[in-house]
Amino acid sequence: MREQTETAVTDAPDVAMRDASAPARDTRPPRRARGGRRLATWLWGLAGIVAIALIWEVYKLLGPADGVVIGGARVLPRTTDLAMPHVWDMAGRLAEPVTRSASAQPLWLVIVLAALTTLGIAAAGWLVGLVVGVGLALVMQRWRIAEWGLLPWIVLSQTVPLIAFAPVVKSWGSRVEIGAFEWQDWMSVALIASYLAFFPIAVGALKGLQSPDVIHEELMQTYAAGYWQTLVKLRFPAAVPYLLPALRLGAANAVVGAVVAEVSTGLQGGIGRILIQFAGQASGDPAKAWGPIFGAVVLGLVAAGSVALLGVILKNYRRTEEAA
Amino acid sequence: MNHSRRRLATVGGLALAATLAFTACSASGDGSGDTNGAEGELTPVKLQLQWLPQGQFAGYFAAQELGYFEEEGLDVEIIPSGGDIVPQDALANGDVDYAIAWVPKVLGSIEQGANLTDIAQIFQRSGTLQVSWADSGIDSVADFEGKKIGSWGFGNEWEIFAAMAEEGLDSTTVQIITQDFNMNAFLQGDIDAAQAMTYNEYAQLLESANPDTGELYQPEDFNVISYEDTAGAMLQDAIWADTERLETDEEYQETTVAFLKAVIKGWIYAAENPEEASEITIAAGSGWGPSHELWMVNETNKLIWPSPDGIGIIDEAAWDKTVAGALAAVNESGARLITEEPPATAWSNEWIQQALDELEGEGLDLTGEGFEPIDVTLEEGGN
Repeated sequence: MREQTETAVTDAPDVAMRDASAPARDTRPPRRARGGRRLATWLWGLAGIVAIALIWEVYKLLGPADGVVIGGARVLPRTTDLAMPHVWDMAGRLAEPVTRSASAQPLWLVIVLAALTTLGIAAAGWLVGLVVGVGLALVMQRWRIAEWGLLPWIVLSQTVPLIAFAPVVKSWGSRVEIGAFEWQDWMSVALIASYLAFFPIAVGALKGLQSPDVIHEELMQTYAAGYWQTLVKLRFPAAVPYLLPALRLGAANAVVGAVVAEVSTGLQGGIGRILIQFAGQASGDPAKAWGPIFGAVVLGLVAAGSVALLGVILKNYRRTEEAA
Repeated sequence: MNHSRRRLATVGGLALAATLAFTACSASGDGSGDTNGAEGELTPVKLQLQWLPQGQFAGYFAAQELGYFEEEGLDVEIIPSGGDIVPQDALANGDVDYAIAWVPKVLGSIEQGANLTDIAQIFQRSGTLQVSWADSGIDSVADFEGKKIGSWGFGNEWEIFAAMAEEGLDSTTVQIITQDFNMNAFLQGDIDAAQAMTYNEYAQLLESANPDTGELYQPEDFNVISYEDTAGAMLQDAIWADTERLETDEEYQETTVAFLKAVIKGWIYAAENPEEASEITIAAGSGWGPSHELWMVNETNKLIWPSPDGIGIIDEAAWDKTVAGALAAVNESGARLITEEPPATAWSNEWIQQALDELEGEGLDLTGEGFEPIDVTLEEGGN
């Protein structure tokens, strides 16, 4: 008898899932058409970049040198080479060495290496944010009183300005030394990144874990499924459509947090550092300062794209996901 | 089958990406954590700078690179600052052992309760300029009223207000514009007179192209007011130590003297070998181009040398002038930096004098008698 219930529990959601996803599977376009659409997506993306470059150059050509000022506020930027270098100057600068010094690497390589460092730190922060966020969501879902007690604090935590938070984290970190483990400066940055990343994840995961219909929960109860079984078989799959957009937001937050925290704590090696370093050289070498900005943009795209990969792995559970 | 294989490949790709990312960040993390070397006898010391690695700190990097710290039995970690790390706060919190900071900023912190002592006044002169266009009619501090004056804020602005107070000017009439990391706001006319350090921002101007001529800007394009020539001049880069530890901790006292000896040697090296010192700084992570870096080391040397009483000795008259300026200064919103004289513990020549005495007879030019600045040609963009 007991054994029978077990199998029933194992099978039930699968059946439900198969039912729901079956029509979706049938309506999918044939493989070749999908390939064509993917190509079109890339082309549109490329067209977008070209369009931005064109708008940039056209405005630079036609716009007034002093920009457009309305009521004392500049609503459109100056068009001087100092404020808006030519697109080709910025692109060309990427190929040139960072400085005249003999050991200098090309600018693009320096930016890529720095971006990888920041990506690694942001990834560490994102993982910590994932664990903490999902953990909090589990606690809040399990006990309603925990939700009442924790959720306001979680919201409140995001109002602490980073500028106040960063030096404190660094100061605490410099004191942490447990056995052979010594707190590294990049960990402070990762911690700050996780602080920004856990918020959307906690809120999204909570919403997702609470999303199954009462009828489904009751069905699990009739199967005599315990808390853990319900969690694994029902709540987690149901949470996926909510979790994925939250993870993407979390990834973007982690990158922003890592870059800002690098600037804030003065960490060497990441994109935040070269962002301010090259900003200091923007008077004599305006195109150079844009390099790290492009690097940061690509970094954000890569981070969000990595989460999209997660979506591919979990695609069986993404029946109802809203576009986000 | 096909389906699950693709999923496996995705997981594998993700894992690979994560591994790569982690390797990248652990590789970068190792560089700074490599302090517990084989020689266990070295005393670990942390020095907090007030900005990114650059020629302004060449002497410390030279002392590090050439092993002067090690010769003194020290294992020094030089910690650059970023946007929000305030050196004197890091020192007061006990995060570091010594910090480099401007005197007026620390005077403010001392009045707020920090217990710190200036143990070596490395920069003997102020390197702050206020730069305006040659045709702007701003020739002296007296012309500041009603103008848009640039400053970086965060305690870098007090020389402006001290100089204005001395002239009897009303500081609330000026509009203080916060400058960022470059001189673009000045070059584009948003600021009438911009703050510039001789060793950095002034060089940024001279390595920028004049859009009218296509050539680099020349010194005659600008009016330069040097605060060193005004009553507003304040002491800048000094080495600060924890007052309480200086008084009670004998080991810290010994470390302090050893540390100062190595620093002195580092700065003497930078004075005599500016090219090499600037290369050392670049290798230490400074991102400036070679000509800008060399300019910076050279101009920094001019602020240090000559030091008639010996490098690092605090000139009481200059200290008093700084305190008087800090007491007189009122900023554009009517606030003051300090309201009373700092305690006697705020500075001491005891340790730097001891370090100088111990170095006597080693054939070092401790006063910079023979110091000759070099001529540096700035290239476009500092390259």
